[in-house]
Amino acid sequence: MTITGQPVHRRLGMTDDEHESVIRILGRSPLPAELAMYSVMWSEHCSYKSSRAHLRRFPTEAPWVVVGPGENAGVVALGDGWLAALRIESHNHPSFVEPYQGAATGVGGILRDVFTMGARPIALWDQIRFGPLDDPKNRYLFGGVVAGIAGYGNAVGVPTIGGEIEFDPTYSGNPLVNVMCLGILREEQLVLGTAGEPGNVAVLLGKATGRDGIGGASVLASASFDDGSQEKRPSVQVGDPFEEKKLIEACLEMFEEGLVAGIQDLGAAGLACAISEPSGRAGVGMDVDLGAVHVRESGMTAPELLMSESQERMMAFVHPRNVEAVLVIANKWEIESAVIGMVKAGGTLTVRHSGEIVAEMPAASLADAAPLYDRPLRRPEWLDGLWQTPDPPQIEPADALIQLLDDPGIGSSAWTYEQYDHMLFLNTLCGPGGDGSLLRIRGTHKGLAVSTDGNGRLCLLDPRRGAARLVYEAALNVAMTGAKPLAVVDNLNFGNPEKPEVMWQFRETVEGISEACEALGIPVVGGNVSFYNETDGVDINPTPVVGLLGLADPIPIQLPGLGRAREGMEIWEIGPEPTQNLAGSALQRVVHRQLGGRPTAAQPEWAKQVIELAASLAHQVPVLHDVSSGGLAVGVAEICIASSVGAALSAEGIGPLFSEDPHRFILMMDPGAVRLPADLARMVGFVGGNSLSMSGAGAVDLGLLTATYQQAIPRRMNR
Amino acid sequence: MRTAVVVFPGTNCEKDVVHALTSLGGEAELVWHRETDLSRFDGVILPGGFAHGDYLRTGAIARFSPVMAEVGRMAAAGAPVLGICNGFQVLCEAEMLPGALIANRDLAFICRFVDVEVTDTSTILTRNATLGQRLRLPLNSYQGNWVDPGSDARVTLTYLDNPNGSQGSAAAVSNAAGNVVGVMPHPERASEELLGSGDGLVLLESFLQSLVPA
Repeated sequence: MTITGQPVHRRLGMTDDEHESVIRILGRSPLPAELAMYSVMWSEHCSYKSSRAHLRRFPTEAPWVVVGPGENAGVVALGDGWLAALRIESHNHPSFVEPYQGAATGVGGILRDVFTMGARPIALWDQIRFGPLDDPKNRYLFGGVVAGIAGYGNAVGVPTIGGEIEFDPTYSGNPLVNVMCLGILREEQLVLGTAGEPGNVAVLLGKATGRDGIGGASVLASASFDDGSQEKRPSVQVGDPFEEKKLIEACLEMFEEGLVAGIQDLGAAGLACAISEPSGRAGVGMDVDLGAVHVRESGMTAPELLMSESQERMMAFVHPRNVEAVLVIANKWEIESAVIGMVKAGGTLTVRHSGEIVAEMPAASLADAAPLYDRPLRRPEWLDGLWQTPDPPQIEPADALIQLLDDPGIGSSAWTYEQYDHMLFLNTLCGPGGDGSLLRIRGTHKGLAVSTDGNGRLCLLDPRRGAARLVYEAALNVAMTGAKPLAVVDNLNFGNPEKPEVMWQFRETVEGISEACEALGIPVVGGNVSFYNETDGVDINPTPVVGLLGLADPIPIQLPGLGRAREGMEIWEIGPEPTQNLAGSALQRVVHRQLGGRPTAAQPEWAKQVIELAASLAHQVPVLHDVSSGGLAVGVAEICIASSVGAALSAEGIGPLFSEDPHRFILMMDPGAVRLPADLARMVGFVGGNSLSMSGAGAVDLGLLTATYQQAIPRRMNR
Repeated sequence: MRTAVVVFPGTNCEKDVVHALTSLGGEAELVWHRETDLSRFDGVILPGGFAHGDYLRTGAIARFSPVMAEVGRMAAAGAPVLGICNGFQVLCEAEMLPGALIANRDLAFICRFVDVEVTDTSTILTRNATLGQRLRLPLNSYQGNWVDPGSDARVTLTYLDNPNGSQGSAAAVSNAAGNVVGVMPHPERASEELLGSGDGLVLLESFLQSLVPA
């Protein structure tokens, strides 16, 4: 069976060996629909076949973990019967091919992952990375992705509270669009992705199935890019936030009434996944009739129906006595529904179309029998060369500061977040533009703090150290809102896993995240792996993104904020003294235009002390801000801009001003307001005046700082 | 005194509005858009969101929702009727308010705090405010640009720094009687200092105090 010279399985992204495995499982050659199902379920995107062996390294247990990795979202207990559901995902390739819809459907998908658990989604964060904005293609991608996130998120009615924006040439051929969602629920509302007992009825809810997104998981998400990639546009789905809004409300009402035994969203691999995974988890089988699926167009074949990634669909498993009530709620919310199958004992999945059996296999084989690759690893030979610290050119600190504030990844992100509804639900206590976000849970004293952090340059130079530092940075950010770190999700964006150097970066990254989580005593409750971020043979810098959830209980009565600095306050730097290390820093990237050296390693003992101190100071002082991109100088400048006041820094020299060494934050307070531990705290200046002066380096006018910072993105986007 | 807070499919600010009203001691109840009898209510709020998806002109489908006949009846009877953001768009489409709302001048969604000034204190939204009072309220819209060529409409609030290009910098307008008001910024999002501003309270209190038994 060949089309245009290639066997069908290869055109579907399957290797010859994988095809042989299917034949072994079935004891015969697969039918077309069966081949379609295995090809998407065994794709890298769905099966994690290159990464599973390494992901086992993550610490995943803690007394507060309710649902760990492997379900649609991780769930942790917050006390008093409250749970939080958390999930992060990438939509990198679809967003490159079609930025608006790629980003929009990424938002839609992550929302479904969270409300599938019975949780109401309360906030979204986006981590987006592009090539430099002087290239019109990158402006188009950036503008389109932001518009897509806004268009979907605002209309579906879930606030987008923050995230990250980074610009680096490594993402020119392969932008990264990650999105994280947080939901909350009462413990009795938790629902899992299980088909439950034999006799349960499978009800397909939501939008009609069409030919969009066919093979998205295999053809698009699990393959590298080249010049012909734009031809893959039809593999990108189209989002409908209105349909999703109705679907959320309808499903939450069904959960509230206790009508649903289990539910699974239809995302990557569509129906193939939504019938096989819940059956596999429950150890049951299913009879499915594709003829009952409500469709948008006629003449769809069985493989198309099974592989379609049409958006805004959910598969509910319902006890027969509740089917009528489920259909009534669907009708009330004006969403379509169809009974398409029934759960049966015995573990065999049987799919019929027009009366004929088009697929029959062990349901669990689609997930559990997926190939597992232990791909070769090799430390890159070029790394030693990169660790040679380059001689930095001479620069004036004042000039460097202005150049850094003009960088669109450091300058104000208001251009972006003002397009997102970030206030809906009246929970946003710390919104976009600061360090961590903080959301209250109304009717309690609890606040949920979130920070997401990534840094591809740090991780290129040392993936293990870089990844560990991301966890510590995120933990410090949530601590500065008064929260205690609780759990981590990660989105691991990497190049082609068939290259041993990429797999080495991956393994090192998993190790770094694991070490840091173990040191802080927090579990990894979920994640996503995005491989094949490679265009024309060039891999992106390894870019893990860490999303960390913390719990503030109680919420500080008066929250620290960047805008609360006042004339006469003292400026303190808390944490270990910085070294001269600039490896992977913003100064290297923006000012020196170099990349080299070995990043400073995290120090777990320091980290824990600093994080605990920050969480306690959040209840006592007006200004806390972490030292990260651009170092102390940029951190203080950001506070000056937000508070419309100048400052005088006694810090001197490039290292103390611009190093991004870990575990440090800035504190401002009235003189002597709080006693600080002498071994952790250094006074580094005073607030006041109309300029920011650095000892021995002249002063920069506050107006110039502010204008530069605010215009960093608008002047490049011409708006 | 009861307020109906109307929920169209796609509405998303309804619970925030109920929360803000009840925190002021008001009584509010969510009402599905198919409801055809609002006689048990003394006033109505159409909250923000994307009624029926707003894929057509905003509010163009919502005006035909069954509940709108009752909203019209109450408005004609003089009961307080307030449209916030998308609700403002619906009231314009339903011709209960003058003008129309088109895309923002810069063709981008705007979500941020804006400063407005009270220009009319004889409406159900502003009776407790003072003329010239400045309020800091969150704006959250793509189609917030109010236009009404040749209008002599009553403008209730104006933007200090017209962010979306509205005619006459109008942030809120009312009907001639002052009992039907559309406001583009969200008073319910400025109902606690903890959220950045409590300036919306005076507007919501005005609404609640305008309620009289039907």
